[in-house]
Amino acid sequence: MSNPLGLWRRWWARRQQRYAPYLFISPFYILFFAFGLFPIGFSLVLSFHSWRAVGGLETMRWIGLENYRFLLTDPWFWQSLGNTLVLLVISGLPQHLIALPLAFLLNRRLPPRLRHLYSASYFFPYITSTVAISLVFGTIFGLHYGILNQLLEYLASAPWSRWLFGWLEGYLPINWLGKAVYIKPAIAIVVLWHWFGWNTILYLAGLQTIPREVFEAAKVDGANVWHEFWHISLPLLRPIIFFAVTMTIIGNMQLFDEPFILTGGTGGPGRAGMTVAIYLYRTAFEWTQMGVAAAMSWLLFVSIGVLSLLNYLLLGRAALARRGEE
Amino acid sequence: MRKALFVGVCLAALALAAWGEEKVTITVAVYPDLDSVIEGVLPAFQALYPDIEVELEVAGYVDHHTRLLTTLAAGMGVPDMAAVEIGYIARFAAEGGLVDLSQPPYNAEAYASLFVPYAWQQAHTVDGRLIAMPADIAPATMFWRRDVFAERGVSIDEIKTWEDYIEVGRRLTYDADGDGQIDHWLVDDAATVAMILWGGHTRFFDQEGNCIVDSPRFVRAFEVAKAIREAGLDARIPAWTNEWYEAFRRGTVATAINGAWLMGHLQNWIAPETAGLWGAAQLPGGIYTQRGGTWYVIPQASDNKDAAWKLVKFLTTNPDIQLRAFEITNAFPAVQAVWEDPIFEEPVPFLGGQPARLLWKEAVQHIVGVPTNPNDAIAMEIVSDALTQVLEEGRPIAEALAEAKRLIERRTGL
Repeated sequence: MSNPLGLWRRWWARRQQRYAPYLFISPFYILFFAFGLFPIGFSLVLSFHSWRAVGGLETMRWIGLENYRFLLTDPWFWQSLGNTLVLLVISGLPQHLIALPLAFLLNRRLPPRLRHLYSASYFFPYITSTVAISLVFGTIFGLHYGILNQLLEYLASAPWSRWLFGWLEGYLPINWLGKAVYIKPAIAIVVLWHWFGWNTILYLAGLQTIPREVFEAAKVDGANVWHEFWHISLPLLRPIIFFAVTMTIIGNMQLFDEPFILTGGTGGPGRAGMTVAIYLYRTAFEWTQMGVAAAMSWLLFVSIGVLSLLNYLLLGRAALARRGEE
Repeated sequence: MRKALFVGVCLAALALAAWGEEKVTITVAVYPDLDSVIEGVLPAFQALYPDIEVELEVAGYVDHHTRLLTTLAAGMGVPDMAAVEIGYIARFAAEGGLVDLSQPPYNAEAYASLFVPYAWQQAHTVDGRLIAMPADIAPATMFWRRDVFAERGVSIDEIKTWEDYIEVGRRLTYDADGDGQIDHWLVDDAATVAMILWGGHTRFFDQEGNCIVDSPRFVRAFEVAKAIREAGLDARIPAWTNEWYEAFRRGTVATAINGAWLMGHLQNWIAPETAGLWGAAQLPGGIYTQRGGTWYVIPQASDNKDAAWKLVKFLTTNPDIQLRAFEITNAFPAVQAVWEDPIFEEPVPFLGGQPARLLWKEAVQHIVGVPTNPNDAIAMEIVSDALTQVLEEGRPIAEALAEAKRLIERRTGL
């Protein structure tokens, strides 16, 4: 009666050392296959089909490369890709231009306790929910009662700031979210505010890996703060810069939340704020063209790959080669 | 011990079988205020069918439709019955997914004569299936401010054609406080007017599925909107914004062309203090069109189609129940017989005692509907974009509509 059980016990006693690790690690792989690999593979298959979703899987119809051909000749796709690239530059570049010097100052010039306080505050936007951010910025960008327009109106008329902001008067009040030309700057402001803290922390961590002696030696040689920043911190941070820029490229190419909420889910007038991710979402869930949306996700993937490669050639190769010498 | 377990299992199985025979629970996915309707008429339904339990799944208007789409695509977690609004019905019109109610055992074509024609047309798909049963409808109408018209010496009877409307609009668009800036307008937004004139979320394709967005109906809608915009007669205020509500409260827009349901929103929360100051009129130029509507559908993947069908039939084809629904939400019933009830002849206090429902009853008879096309939603987006180009960038109407037609046609079939 107890024979099969006994056999199993003996077998397990002998083999458990070999198989138990696989058992313990299996939850990750099961989840990864179900929620990672399977959707990726399915979306590739889907991109060669026409599928209007409501009929279940049996209504998928093979149409070959039609979806890709449609997208590559679709003015809206190219517009959304252009929007995404413009937003990548105007929201991504300032992030790093602010974060780098900021991290440097935090690292060198502040007592540790104050440094922690500051870096925590800069990090705060990053952990705030995007929805809350966009709702708050929605009121900041308001046409008649928005805080930003009221501030600009004050600056344009106050005696002390008139010389600098007076030219704005003809443009005020600015319809930030209602006119095509202003939507991208409005979105970029929110994205910039949301993400620069993340990069600051990243650079701060990188700076803390640079040995103090290097800076001390430079000081003995008569280097000033500028020299320290330009000739020591920047070159030694190159691997971190490469990493941070890569993250920005990947993140901003998939930009969705901020423009989606700021433009009420549409992409705004003239679709000026419609990123590829928003176009993809609308194609899938508003216009139920799942195959087109899947093909779009692969085109987006390819363009992220191309940009990351360019970034590697520009920043990464040199940075990583230097690290390899160590 | 083992014996006890066996008996227990048998008992449980018996109980399950008995319960399965007698009681069916159907899940019904709706958005507010339809949950109040169903809760309100449920006692009457259960008096008829004591074996059917109803479980409501209520979600917000947008979330409800998104969830319905994802459950249908996955084929899991599908409700037994769901409500669908006109702005979304196109998403569900593609092959499969919803039960074709024209087939046995439903044979719902028999109910055709009960319903307002446009709602019944719209319940069909372009490939000839009947995927939905009409619950409520919304004729488009023109609301106008009695006080503003009186102050500017304008009579509503002067407006017969769209040319009259624009002519009168010049008198209704003015600077009230004398600061040199226009602060009163004829209408809230020319774009909304155009959308209602071409037929809202519908009628981009004909019965055969050909794209007809370059037809005279669209050209006319664009022309009217352009004339309004060029004469500076619209306040350019998008719907559902704080400025929109404020304009209705202050009476800074003299007319609003929208669904008859706008009255309910004005009365309940946007501008209750303006009660009695409004009037309703037919759209100028003899145009009758819809601005909304709700249908009930049954997904293919439902296990309780029969029970769900009983509830759908009860809600949509029973005039007494439709009347109850009207009393609860004020949405207009799709069953024509209900309109004969004396309640539709009563004066409406919010509209200064005007018996406006007679007006709307007249209007719905003339509204044209076409079968729902799965590409209606994308066509709506493309045509709206063409309208923006015409109004904001001055693109010629014919050119913008021809381009829109091309963009729509290259998308169909994907």
